[in-house]
Amino acid sequence: MAHTVLGDEKMTNVGLARLQFGGTLLYHFLFVPLTIGLGLLIAILETFYYRSHNDVYRKAMQFWMKIYLVNFAVGVVTGIIQEFQFGTNWADFSRFVGDVFGAPLAIETLMAFFLESTFLGVWIFGWEKLSPKVHLFAIWMVALGSAMSAFWILAANSFMQEPVGFVFRHGRTEMVNFFAVLANPQLWLEFPHTLFGAIATGSIFMAAVSSYHLIRHTNDEVFEPSFRIAMIGALIGSVSVFILGHEQAQHLIVAQPMKMAASEALWHTSPIHAPWTIVGTIDTKTHSDPFVLQIPYLLSILAYNRLSGRVTGLLELNHLYQLRYGPGNYMPPIVWTFWAFRTMIFAGTTMMLIAIIGAYLTIKGKRPHWLLVLMEWTLILPYLSNTAGWVMTEVGRQPWAVFGLLKTPNGISPTVSISELWTTVIGYGILYLSIAAAAIYLFLLIIHQGPSQEQGQENEEESSKHGYLLHGHESLRHAKSPVHYDDLH
Amino acid sequence: MLNVTWFVLAVVLFIGYFFLEGFDYGVGMLLPVVGRNDHDRRLVLSTIGPFWDGNEVWLIASGGSLLAAFPAWYASFLSSFYLAFFFLLAALIVRGVAIEFRSRVEDLRWRQIWDSLFVWGSFVPPLVWGFIMANMVRGIPIDAQGNFVGSLLQLVNVYSILGAISVAFVFALHGALFLMIRTKGVLHERAEKIAYRIGPAATGIFLIFVVMTYYQTDIVRRLGLDPGPIPVFAFLSMIAVRLFLQRGQEKWAFVSTGFTIILSTITIFLSLYPDVMISSLNPSWNLTIYNAAANPYSLHVMTIMTIFLLPIVLGYQAWSYWVFRKRIDQHSKLEY
Repeated sequence: MAHTVLGDEKMTNVGLARLQFGGTLLYHFLFVPLTIGLGLLIAILETFYYRSHNDVYRKAMQFWMKIYLVNFAVGVVTGIIQEFQFGTNWADFSRFVGDVFGAPLAIETLMAFFLESTFLGVWIFGWEKLSPKVHLFAIWMVALGSAMSAFWILAANSFMQEPVGFVFRHGRTEMVNFFAVLANPQLWLEFPHTLFGAIATGSIFMAAVSSYHLIRHTNDEVFEPSFRIAMIGALIGSVSVFILGHEQAQHLIVAQPMKMAASEALWHTSPIHAPWTIVGTIDTKTHSDPFVLQIPYLLSILAYNRLSGRVTGLLELNHLYQLRYGPGNYMPPIVWTFWAFRTMIFAGTTMMLIAIIGAYLTIKGKRPHWLLVLMEWTLILPYLSNTAGWVMTEVGRQPWAVFGLLKTPNGISPTVSISELWTTVIGYGILYLSIAAAAIYLFLLIIHQGPSQEQGQENEEESSKHGYLLHGHESLRHAKSPVHYDDLH
Repeated sequence: MLNVTWFVLAVVLFIGYFFLEGFDYGVGMLLPVVGRNDHDRRLVLSTIGPFWDGNEVWLIASGGSLLAAFPAWYASFLSSFYLAFFFLLAALIVRGVAIEFRSRVEDLRWRQIWDSLFVWGSFVPPLVWGFIMANMVRGIPIDAQGNFVGSLLQLVNVYSILGAISVAFVFALHGALFLMIRTKGVLHERAEKIAYRIGPAATGIFLIFVVMTYYQTDIVRRLGLDPGPIPVFAFLSMIAVRLFLQRGQEKWAFVSTGFTIILSTITIFLSLYPDVMISSLNPSWNLTIYNAAANPYSLHVMTIMTIFLLPIVLGYQAWSYWVFRKRIDQHSKLEY
């Protein structure tokens, strides 16, 4: 049973390759949503600053930028690993789907990643050298770049979930319709779902950190506007994610019924009025769920927007797949998929309810103490649901690497040895953990320090004079304490 | 025709990566030599500050387009040099976070740790690429399916080690010259001194490597005894660096190492063409630009996208270099 990664006592090549890939993906995705969401919020803050010349917005965005940069650095480097792993660890996968799968990845770098990286460099170093308009343009290009990046990556991922626009020829998939790859219905649910998830993550992050400072009254004038903007972002993000998630589940019924059944631990086809299981125990040996707590009708509603409608069970689907694809077990790891789905739903729904209440109070002009404390704790929810979302999407697709076409064990690099795999698994593991420790330390340090006080005071005069920070102002270059947002000396 | 186009485009992307990240790595390698104290080191990092991230994308673009245009090449290439790529990627992780993390804490020890990691992360990639490229030209044991069936020890030999060292030297020189054209004052003087010192060593090792290539590979059979002007010019431009330096024409000296990198990269791929991976076991197992390629439709789509996108990328990257053309001196503001 090569396809239960963490359940294996002895690690196989496939297990190690999967552990490495899944580990990198989940690690990478701890940083990506914040990059996308916070980048957009910083662009919005700079737009406010550009319009109003109010120094508070500049101080705010410079503070958030420090966090953004630490986060961005880790996101980028793990993204590089992700791309190259398709070749190093999944050579046969690359040979099999590279023809279709490679195009979105290549276009991603050319269209999005170059844009994001180049303009980020321009933005950081360009305060003095660019006009306010061009500087503002740069941050919007960064935000646009990371959103487009998500689009192309998910276009590739969507092909793994729901292969379209190809023919099976010469023992591999060959692209015959690029527009079909782009119009993949899976992509048009996955992309907005992920994008709004990222906006929710960035917003809740900003709200949580703002709350931390608002409770302590360290920098109210900076964190008040940040908090308000963040709460609106959290509302838009989390409600959209919820609605899109629902759409996605309905699409799943059609496109990947096995994943849906697994995430419900639904062994047998449901009755006509299908109840939704809140929590339950799963017995994978007897193919039953001995204890379940259920809400009547909800699964039918979830699946079809009406009170009745059957959802096909795992065993029936497995039988069907055996007829179609030959003998074998086509069920993904049920326990993982079931709990990942529940974690995502509960974290996501709670997050949305908090965002609705928080945004309502914020619009009303109220900001009670309990809301601030609550927002601090809410920070864990987007991270939980983002991670669980990917576990469900990727583990739930098993045993397929490319749904219906290529099983995961057939995708690995066949001659890479187990000792090489162990070397890289341990090597990356140590690296990821050390970097995570350093990054968390820096996050806490930056958050604790807050925006630099004296910088702001020095700048107020300048920015009111010039309308924009230091633009065209040469004399400050030689000032004793250089005026800069992330200058820490 | 499309296969040839994509072979050329892949080479262009590799050239972009080696040329641009070449000086990034060089600057990183020279960080402790040119930057003697924390302030100087921050200035040194500022010379590549606005660019290195965008430059690194050239590597990702090379990888992505290889996967899209030549999936079988991409698969064989990356899985064959499995551990080499692990070291490369580990170095890139460390390097990327080191430069972002180092200045966030006002503590000399913290900064020294990240700086030394940055130096390490800048040394490894050129060594790995030299090692890989030497093995590519020489051929490696791959089977009929394109899978590497040898051992790591078969890849490590005098020739590939020499390849690794010579790429490291060339990039270090490239970096020293980049530092010269980006700085004023004492940093400029130090960079110049180092450029003079690295120059002859780099040229010497490069020459030995080229001579060895004639014995170690079947490049003679592939290109003929007269290799044509490109490799010759690659070597001449290396020698020209010294002449430009002595005349005080540092920009031309930088252009010269740039030519060395560009022409050497072209030489390597030209010596392979139309193969992309040579099997040392059986020539009929070689991967070529035809049997490793994506289908014509995919190549067609990719070509159209690239024709639109690549000029735009080149445009704004060039613009970013233009924005930050001013030299860095002791009074420049610091980001890192």
